[in-house]
Amino acid sequence: MTTEQHDDERGSFGYIVHEPEGGSATEVAPGSAEGEERQPLFRTEDLLLNMGPQHPATHGVLRVVLELEGEKIIKATPYLGYLHRGTEKLAENKMYSQVIPLTDRLDYVCAMANNYAYVRAVEKLMGITVPERAEYVRTIVSEMQRIVGHLFWLGTQALDIGAMTIFFWTFRERELLLDLFEALCGARLTVSYFRVGGIDPQGDLTPEVIAKLRTFLTSFPAKLEEYEGLLAENRIWLARTRNIAVISAEDAVNFGLTGPALRGSGVAYDIRKAEPYGVYDRIEWEVPIGSHGDTYDRYWVRMEEMRQSARILSQCLDRLPKGPIMIDLPGVTYPRRDKVMTDMESLIHHFKVACYGFETPPGEVYCGTETPKGELGFYLVSDGTNKPYRMRIRAPSFVNMGAFDHMARGYLIADIVTIFGTYDIVMGECDR
Amino acid sequence: MQSIAELIEQHIPGAVRGAVDAFGEQTVLIAREMIVPVCRWLHDAPELAFEQLSDLTAVDWPEQAERFEVVYQLNSLRYHRRLRLKARVPLSSCEIDSVVPVWQAANFLEREVFDLFGIRFCQHPDLRRIMMPEEYDEGYPLRKDFPAAGKGWRNTFKFWPAMEPGRDVMLTEIPIDASGLAPSKDKGTS
Repeated sequence: MTTEQHDDERGSFGYIVHEPEGGSATEVAPGSAEGEERQPLFRTEDLLLNMGPQHPATHGVLRVVLELEGEKIIKATPYLGYLHRGTEKLAENKMYSQVIPLTDRLDYVCAMANNYAYVRAVEKLMGITVPERAEYVRTIVSEMQRIVGHLFWLGTQALDIGAMTIFFWTFRERELLLDLFEALCGARLTVSYFRVGGIDPQGDLTPEVIAKLRTFLTSFPAKLEEYEGLLAENRIWLARTRNIAVISAEDAVNFGLTGPALRGSGVAYDIRKAEPYGVYDRIEWEVPIGSHGDTYDRYWVRMEEMRQSARILSQCLDRLPKGPIMIDLPGVTYPRRDKVMTDMESLIHHFKVACYGFETPPGEVYCGTETPKGELGFYLVSDGTNKPYRMRIRAPSFVNMGAFDHMARGYLIADIVTIFGTYDIVMGECDR
Repeated sequence: MQSIAELIEQHIPGAVRGAVDAFGEQTVLIAREMIVPVCRWLHDAPELAFEQLSDLTAVDWPEQAERFEVVYQLNSLRYHRRLRLKARVPLSSCEIDSVVPVWQAANFLEREVFDLFGIRFCQHPDLRRIMMPEEYDEGYPLRKDFPAAGKGWRNTFKFWPAMEPGRDVMLTEIPIDASGLAPSKDKGTS
């Protein structure tokens, strides 16, 4: 008996069949003659299975309806919107500076990156260039956030697959960085650290934070190797991630995938390189690229990205210039704190900016930023008032979810958790 | 160097209705019925290669004759170039051809615009609501005539007065009904 026939037989009894083209429950009895009418061995029927929205492995409230043939997924339909809070509508009634806390709650595990994406769009609309030190600090915190985001992803992805230790280990390192965020702005997750024109004037990098970050960076590469020691040769990890949820480079581009999901398929596209912002063009770093487009390659890309982030961070710390962290633009930014307390005009000015905000020139901008999950784009339409006429959030999790059915078909029901885990999906961002 | 609007007009005559170059971004207004051929050409032309649809959304301008603006953000990964296409859609015939045949990414994005703006996408493979519940019938939330406070059953909530446009609701105005908090008299009997 050849291996192929053996596989078919196994398929007919509903055993695990790993190849998407492999046998299935409707397979005919082995040995039935060609040309004869084929009879299935058993009565079979497609099964419709609902998963979520309340399910611990859906990273929030995602609901997926699976059409199954035995254990094989024929069709996976995501039902979104369980966390839809109407952020785009809310923003139309808020001043530009009031939108920043809303962006924290999009991808709530990577709030720094969302802040950055939003203030960049507003600054593009207003033609603001932020001071040099602010650019460095922004790059530093967004790379810290990238490490935090990827650590979070690694821990939860491994937990979904059944490895619990890695979850505790990644959260141990994540905690160190969150403590630094707390030292900078008082919050660990919903940071609201960025301002239009710079960063929180009270939250400059202190020597203590820099020293702690340097300590973190010296120990971090060894920690990454620890994680890889648990995973890279782990048979379960390899079996559950290799050749799972494969997407070709062409399809990945056509489905609009961005971030690690796109680069895992071998497309060398990173907005930090393509349209440099911050100080990314002044620093040496590389874009890691996968080749197979499977879950394992996306894991590898994220691991390498953490190494690159650490590299960016230490270079930024070495070159961190002195100077202001906030642009001084009367009518847009607050006057200096000490002046507000002593000078009448400054107090009035402060009051005006706090209550009325600032107006932007009429027009529209689209600004895409590379967040840990992919391209987070803000499309702002301004009618010249102090509130956006329309704010559109191009959320990577939402667009990536469009490829879900394509990537899930043909795999087993046990893989479904790793398939949406591989996007690093966060429903707050997906449903907005 | 020809502008992209000229290039499009050259290949697909009658497609371009206008072009704007502002904030370092190019925007081309496309005639509504030509959107699919234009997108197909921009996607396929090797010198442009807009392989990726970054975003698709809509903007509502209630005062204008053609009320909706469908906005396409195109991205060329090869040339690191972006382009914004726009097509106007009037309320009287609120539909436009779907670009799903060109970019699969448009599938969910068009569903979202359909859901929140009520613009139909012809030849869309699966045009269903995506954010709002399927039985939702209170209108289209992102249209400008839809109040941010919501409408329908939400306004019947007793603890929050209905918001009127132009009126700020102060916290003191919220009627606090303390009767429910007091311990019930016949508590011991039940």
